[in-house]
Amino acid sequence: MANSKPKNQNKVGWLMALPASGLIFLFLIVPFLLAFWFSFTNQRLISPNPTEFVGWSNFSSLIGVGTLTVEPEKDAEGKTVIKPNGDIQYPRMRKFTRNNPDYEHLKGMREWFSFPLSNDRKWVVLARDKLFMKALVNTILFVLIVAPLQGAFALLLALMINQKLPGINIFRTIYFMPVVISIVVVSILWRFIYDGENGLLNAMLSFFSFGLFEPVDWLGNSSTALGSIMVMSIWQGVGFHMIIWLSGLQTISGSLYEAAALEGATRWQTFRYVTWPGLKNTAVLIMVVITMQAFALFAQVDVMTRGGPVDSTQTLVFQSVQRGYEKQDIAGGSAIAVVLFLIVLSISLIQRFLTRDRT
Amino acid sequence: MKLALNIIIAGAVTLSSGLAMAQTDLSLWYHGAGNEKEKTVLTGIITDFNASQSDWKVNLAEFPQESYNESVVAAALAGKLPDIIDVDGPLMPNWAWSKYLAPLEITDAEVKSLLEGAIGRYDGKIYSIGLWDAAIAMFARKSVLEKHSIRIPTLDKPWSFDEFNKAIATLAADKSFEYPLDLGLAWKGEWYSYAFGPLLQSMGGDLMDPSKSSAEDVLNSDEAIAFGKWWQSLFTNKLVPGTSQDGADRETGFVDGKYALQWNGNWAALGALEKFGDDLLFLPAPDMGNGPKIGASSWQFGVSGSSKNQKGGNDFIRFAMQDKYLAAFSDATGLIPATKTATSMTTNYKEGGPLNVFFDLSKKQATKRVSTPAYNVVTLEFEKALADIANGADVADTLDAAADAINTDLKKNNNYK
Repeated sequence: MANSKPKNQNKVGWLMALPASGLIFLFLIVPFLLAFWFSFTNQRLISPNPTEFVGWSNFSSLIGVGTLTVEPEKDAEGKTVIKPNGDIQYPRMRKFTRNNPDYEHLKGMREWFSFPLSNDRKWVVLARDKLFMKALVNTILFVLIVAPLQGAFALLLALMINQKLPGINIFRTIYFMPVVISIVVVSILWRFIYDGENGLLNAMLSFFSFGLFEPVDWLGNSSTALGSIMVMSIWQGVGFHMIIWLSGLQTISGSLYEAAALEGATRWQTFRYVTWPGLKNTAVLIMVVITMQAFALFAQVDVMTRGGPVDSTQTLVFQSVQRGYEKQDIAGGSAIAVVLFLIVLSISLIQRFLTRDRT
Repeated sequence: MKLALNIIIAGAVTLSSGLAMAQTDLSLWYHGAGNEKEKTVLTGIITDFNASQSDWKVNLAEFPQESYNESVVAAALAGKLPDIIDVDGPLMPNWAWSKYLAPLEITDAEVKSLLEGAIGRYDGKIYSIGLWDAAIAMFARKSVLEKHSIRIPTLDKPWSFDEFNKAIATLAADKSFEYPLDLGLAWKGEWYSYAFGPLLQSMGGDLMDPSKSSAEDVLNSDEAIAFGKWWQSLFTNKLVPGTSQDGADRETGFVDGKYALQWNGNWAALGALEKFGDDLLFLPAPDMGNGPKIGASSWQFGVSGSSKNQKGGNDFIRFAMQDKYLAAFSDATGLIPATKTATSMTTNYKEGGPLNVFFDLSKKQATKRVSTPAYNVVTLEFEKALADIANGADVADTLDAAADAINTDLKKNNNYK
């Protein structure tokens, strides 16, 4: 009799968890397993042809790379040709990658990046899917810059609003506001802010520099587009992480601060030896969450730049959606999703390992 | 007596409803949700059709254009396609190949009076019929051209490539305009293939060659690379607004006098006419070497491959092809009616009407976009290539990449056989 009660409660517990776990299974785990399966087939969104198993070919066409060392072009006298702008003239890559039986292994590849070697030679790395490589690099860059900055800003805001001042809730609400507004709406608003001709940002910069500032087409310029999206994303997400930091801050016992004050600790010492150690678990959580969210960068790109200009804002999730849905290549889109999953999984495992309890 | 009358009336009602029951239901999906004028015309046709015969009863379901294609794909995956489907012209081969659409029973003889752009042909068969077409022209002002002594081109003698470039260069020197020409890069998506694909064709290139199932040496041929270099020069020389053009500028820039010329469709014609009146000209496309060309093919009707009522669907499309309905659609939407005889019944396209020139433009210059089931990939790659080249990407490498991407897709689909 004494044993049956917990068992019964267990049953009820499972029963209550059923609707949620059923939905998670149906809409999260099943699609996830399907994506794994699709990435090894030639599955199309629509096609009258049967699906076939194609092995690793979706992956090898994504991550295939080749290298080539090229000599500069020589004129009739054997001298290196110099372009009008002073650069050395190299033969075009399409001479090697298209219809050239001597370089069959480079067929269809595109120049990704290159390093200069001695004697004006150049070492070129070619990618089978340059678009994917660009998306991969952009996504990693986005995570590397956004994760620490967003975490730090969120902590700064949390420390500022964790004071007992009159009206502090107003500030809390203001900082949290961007989080509850749909990301699509935020993206459209920021597109106006970044507008090259009459955007708010250009107008402000021009006002504060007394007209010296030349207007920049922030989203239409391949050197500023990704940075602009980063700034906007940090602003949009910072409020959410601020709230998590805030909850961490409020679990730190007030008596510790009192003790620190009695010992004559400076504000920095209080933060370094009382606040920060107390926030350790929160910090781990925030880093993991921000990293995962940053890897999933999609909506801002879709609304603001659609990957352009010249692929400067391509990301993995955007490519996955574009291939799977717009190009109807479910297999190709799934392969990118699987690669992304493996990256995020391994980074989370590394983060967990580095922040494990060393006791 | 009264009771007897009631019984007779009741009997008659039952009988007539019994007759109505004998009509087989046909579902029709349409992309224009939210457009009241279009809906009025379409429901008018449906009511007339349902009353004209006793076999079929068409029921309309409307979708917003942005999500229409997705709805059809989703319905097809679920095996719940309607009987009659509305389809965007260039996408039709993809749906025909995937058996969403069945070939129509309508014959060549029945459509001989239609504009070619309104007939959806794939694989030698007719799959869809449009009640209208759209056309593009170079919007210009007579006073501006005369002021700069630029020859006004005609349908018979359009601008040559040189004349076109010189006209742009001359207008670029006029500082009262922000740009001499506006191509409308603010409009993303299908606009690129529809508006600029014909310019590439006019230069001797194309998006791909369906007969060879390849884009190699077509989209990246020497002619296409020459087109790409010309395209890039428009942007490096700041002759046209770039890809980050503001949507509002596209809508009002020509009317506001920001742009001297504008490459735009007949749907924008009435607004410009209101502002400039007789001064406004709709110029034909320039001949860039391989004949002057503009895009063709708009939304059309087809019958779904899974429909059990093929005859009903065909009957409805035949019924809708009457001139009075083409004219009604044109009056409601401003689009070009698909037959010459219907133009005389419209306000805008009749002889001497303000948009009459667009019918001749369509008849003379209209060129269909490449007819291939790979179209959805082809058009995306073309859009990306043009946008990248406009933003400074290397012309040959970009076109190579687009051709490769199209060929990879063809290979992945076994050439859509």
